[in-house]
Amino acid sequence: MDGCSVLIGGKAGSGINRAGQTIARMFTQLGYYAYMHYDYPSLIRGGHNFSLIRASTYPVGTHRSGIDILLAMDSPTLSLHRHHCKRDALVIYNSDTVRSDTGSAIPLKSIVARNDGMHVMENTAMIGALASAIGMDWDDCGYVISQEMRKFTQKNLAIARDAFRMQSEKKELKRLSQSPGILLSGNDAVSLGLLSAGLDGYIAYPMSPSTGILHFMADASGETGIQVFQPESEIAAITMAEGMAYAGAKAAVGTSGGGFCLMTEALSMAGMAEIPITIVLAQRSGPSTGTPTYTAQSDLHFAIHAGHGEFPRFVIAPGDAEQAYVWAGHALSLSWQFQVPSILLTDNTLSEGVYTVPPDMLQKRIPASRPVSVHLWEGTEEYQRYRDTEDGISPYASPPLFGAVIKGNSKSHDEWGISVDDGMQLASMTRKQMKKIPSMKDSVSQLKPVLIGGNPDSDICLISWGSNAPLCREAAQVMGIKSVQPIVVHPFPASEMTAATCCSVMTFLLEDNYSGQLADICEAHGIPVDIRLPRFDGRPSAIDQLIEDLWGLVG
Amino acid sequence: MTKGLITDAQNTWCPGCGNFAIQHALKDVILRLESEGVPRENIVLVVGIGCHAKMADYLNVNSLYALHGRAVSFATGICIARPDLFVICCVGDGDAYAEGIAHLLFAAKRNVNMTVLVHNNRVYGLTKGQVTPTSPLEYHGKSNPDSREGIALNPPELLLSVGCSYIARGYSRRQEELKGLIYDGIVHPGFSCIDILQICASFLDKTKEYDRQVYVPLDHNPEDFDAACRLVREYSYEDSGNIPLGVVFHEERDIFHVGTPFSRQRYTDKKGFILRFIEERK
Repeated sequence: MDGCSVLIGGKAGSGINRAGQTIARMFTQLGYYAYMHYDYPSLIRGGHNFSLIRASTYPVGTHRSGIDILLAMDSPTLSLHRHHCKRDALVIYNSDTVRSDTGSAIPLKSIVARNDGMHVMENTAMIGALASAIGMDWDDCGYVISQEMRKFTQKNLAIARDAFRMQSEKKELKRLSQSPGILLSGNDAVSLGLLSAGLDGYIAYPMSPSTGILHFMADASGETGIQVFQPESEIAAITMAEGMAYAGAKAAVGTSGGGFCLMTEALSMAGMAEIPITIVLAQRSGPSTGTPTYTAQSDLHFAIHAGHGEFPRFVIAPGDAEQAYVWAGHALSLSWQFQVPSILLTDNTLSEGVYTVPPDMLQKRIPASRPVSVHLWEGTEEYQRYRDTEDGISPYASPPLFGAVIKGNSKSHDEWGISVDDGMQLASMTRKQMKKIPSMKDSVSQLKPVLIGGNPDSDICLISWGSNAPLCREAAQVMGIKSVQPIVVHPFPASEMTAATCCSVMTFLLEDNYSGQLADICEAHGIPVDIRLPRFDGRPSAIDQLIEDLWGLVG
Repeated sequence: MTKGLITDAQNTWCPGCGNFAIQHALKDVILRLESEGVPRENIVLVVGIGCHAKMADYLNVNSLYALHGRAVSFATGICIARPDLFVICCVGDGDAYAEGIAHLLFAAKRNVNMTVLVHNNRVYGLTKGQVTPTSPLEYHGKSNPDSREGIALNPPELLLSVGCSYIARGYSRRQEELKGLIYDGIVHPGFSCIDILQICASFLDKTKEYDRQVYVPLDHNPEDFDAACRLVREYSYEDSGNIPLGVVFHEERDIFHVGTPFSRQRYTDKKGFILRFIEERK
């Protein structure tokens, strides 16, 4: 095999996510790019979870449904996923609990018992069997296990080793040279990106699929000093974060659609009071509570229009971990540069998916010192928090500052920040705030807000955004057509998008919502979308299925 | 804008409003703090939305004119980022006891180092006289011409129950006492809340009743929690009976804080963390 697609499935609580990440790490250890998609319902014990791990010789950010190796920790895994397997797929199953007439029988329960291990270590045994099946050296396998399982390492190694020896059927995966990168989930990447831009505080209320960021930041708070806190509600989270920003701290919040609904009041305040704030909006299937653990891209219009009144904002939708890292940093810095809110739009697929990222790219992107992008007050004349300037950006100051009285205000105000309701003053403050938009657009243009992939000369164009971008990039590459991804979705990079699509005779747009929200925006900017490809079942598309569908449409 | 403590914004409170007295008291307390060496730039006033909130326009100090009910939450953020600031919240009773009750109770529970002055006129003033959680049982505004809210909330009792470390009651017509309570609240390490009874000249003028009802208990020990519980039950925001003023309860306990104040954070630590993280994943 020159690539491989593995599915491991079992009950919630049996460490399926962890096992998937360990398998992904085995693939990078062998020199492959790995991607993992994790599928789980909203429950803690029981049910059915599975991880789909894909190894490839080129960068990937999407899963393939033709499974090469199926790892069944329990019977439902076998019955649910058998028909996703290739004809020559290898099945390894837990013979202590699963009955099957084909495949490799590995008695996981007995192996764990023999080594005096815990129930959850059955997945370690399964990983050991897989390592043997793909022809991995024991040294490589042992290294990965000791890296990924820092607790009870020796016991895990012994369990994996037993299963490794038992597994006789092979489906070999050639060892390539160097590991192409490290594994990061979208949430990890967002967290690192925010930190690289000098984040001082992260305030969030738990909500799938954004919670991983809160956990990451809480873990990082000791070493980085950043202030991480879980308050009583999403309303409290964003208002506290804005309080921090008023006091000069770079703060971010993270949530999903329902929590973002509650934040919109304070989003408007950030608009009126010109408070820099970055909101990570990790979309999930809605409306309302929807499906907490399944994906959607149905909050695009909401993110762009949320909040009462009119005010400038950034809405940025990275597509994979690499982009999430880079653009989370941009989002925070742009927010402070322009003193406007920025929304980083992710989705369940990106937030919880695991991607391979080249470490030198990550290192190169860390600024030498904390990015300072604000106009600071020089102290020559009386401080005015909302001084009207040529570009609409006022000098930023936060207390305590000797000689300055700093008045932030959610109400209509004059340049000092004193409330006003006089018509002339209302209009002039609105103009001052809106004056930022042209330079916001310029800044976005300098950051390459649109990514073109596949065959740039093709007259067939496949547009996508967010987590669908790596999928469409790969599909376009295979089919010889052009892929286009707007990473910044607001202010809409109209000129870049027009340039990228003007020669197309047929344009497709794939997105995870019912109505075609980005397609509407494209058409509003004069970019015709011939065929909308909506998906709204909470599941991401698989590369092989998408290519098949597209061939059918292209003809 | 002036160099003094009062801005040149036009004051739009109704004639006879209790807010004038509270503004005067707060201004004097700020002057006293300054005379004791607190730099004026270290004081931040956070307000909600309502008549009380105009304080942010009228006092020439750092301020954040926040959202209805959310002042305490914004203030918590300021305290997280800069624990060295003196954070004072002016909030209304409709503002903090209705819309913002959760934020108020949680700040008290966490013992966030701020001082909350509740301008408790027991009515919504700026929206023209609707009923609030502390309105008298008999009060009928335009939103409840016939119905009743049920019994009034007893905010000091509620605050006591969540562990508020300094709770006091003041009255806008007892200027000197009020100044003392505000000052004590500000120097108290931790969360302090002063429920200030004030009249609303337009919708609920209880000057006569309050003048007759308020008194300062002589033998109350504010460090005795049980005594404090008894004292707050003496007046349950019904119309009759005596209203004790002064410090109800006061204790010192650990102040809420998280992480490193942002002004002391170092970018090199964040950079180092990212580099280490990448190395560990290799």
